[in-house]
Amino acid sequence: MTPESSTYLVAHEVSYAYPRRGRSGGLAALSGVSLGVARGSFTGLLGPNGCGKTTLLKLMAGVLRPSNGTVTFQGRVLADMPRRAAARHMAVVPQDTHPAFDYTALEIVLMGRHPHLRPTQLEGPGDLAIARESLESTGTLHLAHRPFTSLSGGERQRVVIASALAQQPEVLLLDEPTASLDLGYQLEVASLLRRLSREHDVTMVMATHDLNLAASMCDALALLRDGRLLRHGLTADVLTAGSVRELYDVEADVHFHQAAGHLTVTPVRRAG
Amino acid sequence: MMTDGTIQTAISASLTPLRPIRTRLALTVAGFGALTLLTCVVAPLIGSSSINLRRAFDSSIPFAGNVDAQILFIARLPRVLAGALVGAALASSGVVFQALLRNPLATPFTLGVSAGASLGAMLVIILGGTLAVGPWSPVPAASLAGAGLAAAIVYALANGPRRVMSTTVLLLAGVTLNAFFSALIVFVQYLANFAEVARAARWLMGDLDVGGFDPILAALPLVIVAALIFVRLPAALNLMGVDPDSASSRGVNVASTQRWAFFSASLATSAAVALAGPIGFIGIVVPHLVRLLVGVDHRIVLPASALFGATFLVACDLLARTLLAPVEIPVGVVTAIIGGPFFLWLLVREG
Repeated sequence: MTPESSTYLVAHEVSYAYPRRGRSGGLAALSGVSLGVARGSFTGLLGPNGCGKTTLLKLMAGVLRPSNGTVTFQGRVLADMPRRAAARHMAVVPQDTHPAFDYTALEIVLMGRHPHLRPTQLEGPGDLAIARESLESTGTLHLAHRPFTSLSGGERQRVVIASALAQQPEVLLLDEPTASLDLGYQLEVASLLRRLSREHDVTMVMATHDLNLAASMCDALALLRDGRLLRHGLTADVLTAGSVRELYDVEADVHFHQAAGHLTVTPVRRAG
Repeated sequence: MMTDGTIQTAISASLTPLRPIRTRLALTVAGFGALTLLTCVVAPLIGSSSINLRRAFDSSIPFAGNVDAQILFIARLPRVLAGALVGAALASSGVVFQALLRNPLATPFTLGVSAGASLGAMLVIILGGTLAVGPWSPVPAASLAGAGLAAAIVYALANGPRRVMSTTVLLLAGVTLNAFFSALIVFVQYLANFAEVARAARWLMGDLDVGGFDPILAALPLVIVAALIFVRLPAALNLMGVDPDSASSRGVNVASTQRWAFFSASLATSAAVALAGPIGFIGIVVPHLVRLLVGVDHRIVLPASALFGATFLVACDLLARTLLAPVEIPVGVVTAIIGGPFFLWLLVREG
């Protein structure tokens, strides 16, 4: 952990248990995880299903409050910040989005302006310009007036990313942003995220199952298993055959791919 | 083949035709408002007996002897105003419940508010009761109390430990409560005599003949309080309609929005049902029709539905009064006969 990473976005010994109706206690999803994210970095959260990746992401976004421990953003405790104030700094891109009403893509993107407006304030020309910029940078301007539900998976995900960008966040938290996309869209969304991270200086935290995606995009990785942090460090140091075995019980071949320019992981067989 | 420049122009042209929200809102409110005003002015003039307007407004004739004025101001005007108030309240709370439950098929009655109101009204009609509460006469007062009880039960059940209400629990609790209260209503009716059952059944059909301005003035403050809360909700409802978790990450306090939405929509529904009985279909047909016309943005749908709900119910009541004149059809029957097939057509069309 670099000194800077310990002050930007930090989870301090956070635990979270999902409450169960009518019972005390709950289902522990995360126990005692500490993780610092440096400004401008791209951090990947890896781990098997149910390891607590999504929970950690929601805690770091302030959408959930930790049962124990705190999450701080630039030294401020996230749980003490009003939702609107927190949303001006950090945005979330969920795995998939199923609106109950037939909003247009532009309407979805304009909703990203919500934390910057008062409850009864209508968006103005400035907000429309920001929405337009967000649509442009995700290559979805031509979809602005299409109903969101009529879009393909890749188009939807890019519109949702545009909506998060319209929030003008410093931190973008992504929950398996490419999971429901085919290979072509996966590469497209990946290169979009890489560009945003580089050009807009947005700090990224991404939960993913795709080890190769993580290897190609993330400069740091955090490995989670059973709600605990196993390892956290630079991608080159953390992404090893040993780590893959420990996380998924899978024997894998991890080596540097010259043409791709990053580590690649080829699963070989189930360990054991 | 388009050059880069023309593509740019085409794209900016595709963004500008969308009028800014301010303009769209103003146009929608002006359009629907004018329609509401027109309906409310024309409706009192039409009825089974024709009235002479010049006589009705002739101040030289004493009111006691002015039959035209009596029909206009005592028989028809309160009825039209009650229709406008009830229609606006039911249609707008329909919009809020649909957003809260993330379900376009929800109605103001889905969560049991009207069943509670009906049970309260039945109890007073059949078991008798003379307790008037403030401006409320016994039947509306009991119906208001029943609605409040139903809302409180559903609220207590759905109030989860994470402080965010579960829409699934809300729906299940509402549906169950509806069935339970309906059974109690049937039981109470079973105990009653024939005349009381007839009166109770009549109440359940809905009736805008509220008998003067006082009941309207009693319901008005509740609807105004609800409307003042409604004004602050639409932006948050938009985001909750996308996804509750991402609404939270966009700065919406989901738990508090849900509570205000539930409270205000229940309040408006209770006031409407206490005033005129459970008039069905307004709360679902009007929001759907409005979305068809103006899109799904709640900042526009909510005021437009309130205005169009008023128009729709006043128009339905006009039909109820005139279609088989001098016999009156219960207004709830008219809204269901118009609303039912229309809604099925909508479903087929959208499906």
